[in-house]
Amino acid sequence: MSEQDDEIILSELDDEELVQQMFDDLYDGLKEEIEEGVNILLGRDWAPYQVLTEALVGGMTIVGKDFRDGILFVPEVLLAANAMKGGMAILKPLLAETGAPRMGKMVIGTVKGDIHDIGKNLVSMMMEGAGFEVVDLGINNPVENYLEAITTEEPDILGMSALLTTTMPYMKVVIDTLIEKGIRDDYVVLVGGAPLNEEFGKAIGADAYCRDAAVAVETAKEYMARKHNLMAAS
Amino acid sequence: MSPRRTPIPAQEEPGEVADANRVLLIACGALAREILAITKGHSWHHMDLTCLPALLHNAPDKITDAVRACVAKHRDSYQNIFVVYADCGTGGQLQSACDDMGVKMIAGPHCYSFYEGNERFSNEHADEITAFYLTDFLVRQFDAFFWKPMGLDRHPNLRDIYFKHYTKLVYQAQTDDPALTKKARDCASRLGLAFERRYTGYGDLETVLRDQSALSI
Repeated sequence: MSEQDDEIILSELDDEELVQQMFDDLYDGLKEEIEEGVNILLGRDWAPYQVLTEALVGGMTIVGKDFRDGILFVPEVLLAANAMKGGMAILKPLLAETGAPRMGKMVIGTVKGDIHDIGKNLVSMMMEGAGFEVVDLGINNPVENYLEAITTEEPDILGMSALLTTTMPYMKVVIDTLIEKGIRDDYVVLVGGAPLNEEFGKAIGADAYCRDAAVAVETAKEYMARKHNLMAAS
Repeated sequence: MSPRRTPIPAQEEPGEVADANRVLLIACGALAREILAITKGHSWHHMDLTCLPALLHNAPDKITDAVRACVAKHRDSYQNIFVVYADCGTGGQLQSACDDMGVKMIAGPHCYSFYEGNERFSNEHADEITAFYLTDFLVRQFDAFFWKPMGLDRHPNLRDIYFKHYTKLVYQAQTDDPALTKKARDCASRLGLAFERRYTGYGDLETVLRDQSALSI
C-alpha cells in the first residue's frame, strides 16, 4: 500500500473517529492537523466549548497522564502543547463570543529571578481549556507585579511558578506580603514547579502545591466548588 | 551509567597513608575529571573518589537519596567522607541529609557558583538570570546532557521554547583548551545565544579539597 493510500483524510471521518484521531494528533504534536480538526468540528456546528473540552482537553489529559507515568517526556509534551495552542488560537475568540462557562479567574506568573515558563505556560493553557480566565504575568515577577495584578484583575486564584531552588523561596515573600496587607485569604494561592513539593507548599503558606498542569486544574476546580458552596451557604 | 563500584584512588599508586586517614570523596560524575586533576596535581594520595552518575544533574530530586545510599555503603570503610555536591537543585534536602549523616558537603547553590567562587558568584553574577552556564564537562557532554534529552536533535523547533528568555551562554572554563572553547562557542550558536567565556579554574573546589586533605592527614 502506498503512503498516499495510508493518509487519513480528517474531513472524511465521522465525529467520533475525528475526535479519536485528534487525540492521536495531539499526542504526536501535529499542530496543523489539530487546527484542521478544530475547523472541521466547528464546521459541523460543534460549539467551540465542546471542541475545546472534548477534543483538545480530552487529548491533553491523555498526554498529561502519560507524562506523569513516565511514558512521555518533556519534548513530547511541549509538542503536544504547541499543537493544542494552535487549536486554542482558533477557539479563543469564539469562546468569548459564545459565552462559554467561566470557572473562575487566575493570575499566574513565574517569580522574581526566574525566567522559566514552560510549566507555567502549560498550566495557563490547561486552565483556559478548563474554562478559567487566565491573566499571565510572564516571568521574573517581583511581588509588586502580583499585587498590582490582583488589585486590577480581582482573580479567584493566584498562581506562582519557579524552576530553581534559589528562586522558589520568593513565593513566601509574595504570600507574606499578602498576609501583611490582610488580603491573603481573599485568594486561593497555588504553587508549582519542578523543585517544589507538598511540604514546601505548606511551609510557605500556599493553599496547595500542584505537581503538574492537570493537578493544577483539578485543584483549582475543587477550590472554586468550595467557594461556591460557601457563598451558597452564607 | 551506574555508580562506580569501587572508589578509585586519587593517585594510581596510593601513598603510605593509614586507612583511618583516607578520605572518600563522593562526587557528581560531572566533577570527576577536575577532582582527579586537583588531587593528583597536589599528590593527595589519601583521597579516594567515587562518583554518582552525572546525569542526576537532570534529575535533582534523585540526588539526595543517591548520596545517602552511597554514604551508607562506604561508611564502614572510611572515617572521613566528603560530599562533593553543592545544593544542586535539591532545595536544601542534600544539606539536611548530610547533616543527619554527619558528613560535610561543598557550599553553594551549584557548581557554576563554586567554580567561580561562591562569594564572587553571589556578588557579581547572582542576578545573571538570563545566562545559560556550561562547564568544561558540560561542553564536552553537551549533546548527551542537553541536546538529546531536550529533544532538540529530533525537534529543533523546540529550541526557542526552551531558550527564548536566555540571552547568553557563559562558558566557565576550568582549563585553557582552545578546542573546548571552540566547541562551547558552537553550542552557543546552536542555541542562538551570545557567547561569553570566563576562565574560572577550579575555584572553591580546589580550596575545599585542600581543606579536606589537610584535616585528614
